[in-house]
Amino acid sequence: MTLPLREAGGLLVQQHRRTLAADVLLGRGGALALLLAAVLASLVTPLGHWAVADLSIGVVWFNAMEVVAWAAVWLVGWGANSAYGLLGGYRFIAQGLAYELPHMFALITAALGAGSLRVADVVAAQSSVWFVVWMPIAFVVYLLSVMAMAFWGPFDQPVGADAAGGAAAELSGVDRLVFTAARWLLLTSGAAFAVPLFLGGGAGPVLPAWLWSLVKTVAVLAVLVWVKRRIPTLRLERYQEIAWVVLIPLTLVQALGVAVVVLAR
Amino acid sequence: MWTPVVFWVCAAGSVATGVAVFRVNSMARATFALLASFLFAAGTILLLNLAYLGVLVVLMMIMEMVVMVVFMLMYMMNPAGLMPMTMVHNQKGSLAIAGGVFAALAAGILLVPWPTSDQPRPVDPTRALGEALMGSKMLVMMVLGLCLFATMVATVVLAHHRGRYDRYGDALRAKRPDDPVRGGLDR
Repeated sequence: MTLPLREAGGLLVQQHRRTLAADVLLGRGGALALLLAAVLASLVTPLGHWAVADLSIGVVWFNAMEVVAWAAVWLVGWGANSAYGLLGGYRFIAQGLAYELPHMFALITAALGAGSLRVADVVAAQSSVWFVVWMPIAFVVYLLSVMAMAFWGPFDQPVGADAAGGAAAELSGVDRLVFTAARWLLLTSGAAFAVPLFLGGGAGPVLPAWLWSLVKTVAVLAVLVWVKRRIPTLRLERYQEIAWVVLIPLTLVQALGVAVVVLAR
Repeated sequence: MWTPVVFWVCAAGSVATGVAVFRVNSMARATFALLASFLFAAGTILLLNLAYLGVLVVLMMIMEMVVMVVFMLMYMMNPAGLMPMTMVHNQKGSLAIAGGVFAALAAGILLVPWPTSDQPRPVDPTRALGEALMGSKMLVMMVLGLCLFATMVATVVLAHHRGRYDRYGDALRAKRPDDPVRGGLDR
């Protein structure tokens, strides 16, 4: 139970390991940007009925914040001036090219069903039936891309053991702590945002809305953890082809179906 | 009160990071200085209550600059700043061009009789702007979008040196495609 705390404490006091001619400004900037983006992405995620900022373009805001990971992971990999780090950074860009478009189509499908980019409206539109019921493909694609954007579970090649830790290869001490925390936060923000998008937000019997939001977020996170334990690392080039040949057409068909339903009712 | 402050921070930040693009000594830093400049510019769009456009600029510019940094490092000299380099060439000529363009744009800002309106601000400025820009020309815009997309697909197809005959044989009868990259769906 205390392992995460002990590990964090260990990283806090660990001595910094430096590489020759490292670009510290870009490397540290990348790790900090990843942390900041993971926090800011949750700005629009409601806890029950309450969100820090219920922006009129909340869905686009979330998308913009998680795209920061593209720049951040590459910067962390680049900053160390290490071949393995750079390899991990480039791997993440390739992974981004695979997961981003299906991810965007999944977000658009949920916004389309609600007819609004405001997260509160998306939640309100699910008062009778949750979006996960009639947009199952978008939901599954969303969960896949959350794992991919946090380079986690089957999508961990950017920090893969086969490249000695990839983008994180040369990180030590506080830098590694910031990077790891940011990655976990990104995964959690993504899981939390699935709740208002597809799982009816805080809707549910007996318990208060904020508790339902938490329960559902933990449930989504549990699914993601289960997937990590069940499925081995997926090679980048394989997922690239799956994303472009299978997932993009599937999400487009899903969006078309939702659009027809929205127009017909 | 805070609007002018934010505007000047964004304006000065945008120019300063724009200058930094040409002063730093590594391609990676130049790219991300340019990204910072664009993000400051997005801040001024957000000040106009064009939230959708502003956040979209942030989103697109990050993706664009990350793709660009790959090409900058591939093609340009001295990617990591380990050797002396300069981003400035043909200094006199470019100074004249830059000065001329700046003077023309500044004169345009000051001399054009900008229309004024006593109507209240629209509830959704993004929608109003979109309708003003494209409302009567939607057909043209749709056709243009299709043409651009077709051009992109055609360019990729033409640029790729391997076609379906390379993958599936001259009679297109091969059961499994012969690809140089492993992985994928049907093999």
